Amino acid sequence: MIKIKNVVCRFGNIIAVNGISLDVERGEVVVIIGPSGSGKSTILRCLNALEEIDSGEIIIDNFRIDKNQKDIHQIRLEIGMVFQQFNLFPHLTVIDNIMLAQKVVRRRSKEEAHKKGMGLLEQVGLLDKVDVYPEQLSGGQKQRVAIVRALAMDPKIMLFDEVTSALDPEMIGEVLETMKMLAVRGMTMLVVSHELGFAREVADRVVFMEAGKIIESGTPEKIFDNPSRPRTKDFLNKVL
Amino acid sequence: MIDWICEQIVLYWDIFKYLIPVVPWTALITVTSFALALVLGLIIGVLRLSHNRAIAFISGAYVNIIRGVPLLVHIFFIYFGLGSLLNLDRFTAGVLAVGICYSAYLAEIFRSGIDAIAHGQYEAAMSLGMTRFQTLRHVIIPQSLRIVIPPVANEFIASLKDSSLVSIIGLRELTRAGREYYSQNFTDFQTWFLVGLLYLVMTLTLTRLVKYLESVYAVKGFGSSRA
Ligand SMILES: Nc1ncnc2c1ncn2[C@@H]1O[C@H](COP(=O)(O)OP(=O)(O)OP(=O)(O)O)[C@@H](O)[C@H]1O
Ligand SMILES: [Mg+2]
Repeated sequence: MIKIKNVVCRFGNIIAVNGISLDVERGEVVVIIGPSGSGKSTILRCLNALEEIDSGEIIIDNFRIDKNQKDIHQIRLEIGMVFQQFNLFPHLTVIDNIMLAQKVVRRRSKEEAHKKGMGLLEQVGLLDKVDVYPEQLSGGQKQRVAIVRALAMDPKIMLFDEVTSALDPEMIGEVLETMKMLAVRGMTMLVVSHELGFAREVADRVVFMEAGKIIESGTPEKIFDNPSRPRTKDFLNKVL
Repeated sequence: MIDWICEQIVLYWDIFKYLIPVVPWTALITVTSFALALVLGLIIGVLRLSHNRAIAFISGAYVNIIRGVPLLVHIFFIYFGLGSLLNLDRFTAGVLAVGICYSAYLAEIFRSGIDAIAHGQYEAAMSLGMTRFQTLRHVIIPQSLRIVIPPVANEFIASLKDSSLVSIIGLRELTRAGREYYSQNFTDFQTWFLVGLLYLVMTLTLTRLVKYLESVYAVKGFGSSRA
């Protein structure tokens, strides 16, 4: 479903992603871990063309991702992305946040978009927040709304970039719960996260990145219990 | 003393009766030219942010050229210069001059309003599959408008005052009417005092109105903390 071949992404002199190759199957959940600045966000952002790649190739569902392509927005809508900082639209209520792109991008009717949004909000337990503005939500609620907003577009892939890092500890659980629900339903997911418990439980594969490269990847058991590279061990010791 | 006061009251009342019928003209000139300025300003402000270098350059040049020339010169140029070519009447020329001049100021306000919206908003919208235009239209501009209401309102009030400059090409509005009255009756102090007072009443009323609108349109959860 996702084929990443030898991707390089630079910012001036900084090589944020330095030759990454990774294939993700349909329905697979891949968790990416690694120290700060190792290029985790950048590779996710390359996947939906928020950053331009300097060399290599990304193919999603037989589409080559190219930031400068005219119809790149049509590929983007198949890829949901959730950000650390939520990025909800502050001038719109919760339901309008969820309906906007459904209406203008998916061209759904108001009723259809509303029904879809309500259905998803019910699943994440936020039906009582439908008409509230983002500012009035807790961090965990904001992030669940952001997930619903992405899901409402019926994406084939979901990207999560440290979606629990800006949350108070007591709110992390509710967001991870929502992500678990998605994983169980067979969503293809790429998740940058340092929630190792979550990774162990949900991930099919864990990828450890450092300095723009993939150092090691494998099942959660292998990476967490029996890492083969010393750098992976060092990192896990620091995190745990 | 009593006689003098009575005389003055009669005089002021006479001037007032002369001036009041032209107040709607000042209002009409201001509203029309500002509507033009809003439309032009929004277009230019958005174009200034274009990734196309030529478009960004041309719209930037527009702003700098228009802002670098006094309004009075714009009025002369459009009425006497372009006006004789295109056969513009006084009203059209006056409104065009004020509208174009203010569009440059508004373009800068709109541009900074758009700049003020965090980058994450673009990324969120784009990742939902919106085009750049859809993102501007549905996500960025609605938020920018709330930020720019106070500075735009200030420009509106300034344009009301600057509309007095179009009296120079003989467009009949408040200042022009003041000059007419003065030249017939030579009551300079009273005439200009009253003209000034009428402008003041209008600008103060507008200031109050803007405050009120801001409170009405302050959306829960947005802008209230900014305002
Ligand atoms: N827009 C940008 N401009 C310049 N440099 C950037 C930009 N985005 C990222 N970088 C640099 O690229 C490198 C990789 O950044 P990236 O955000 O992908 O790391 P990360 O693994 O997500 O780190 P973190 O865990 O801190 O989020 C860093 O050195 C960063 O400073
Ligand atoms: Mg990051």
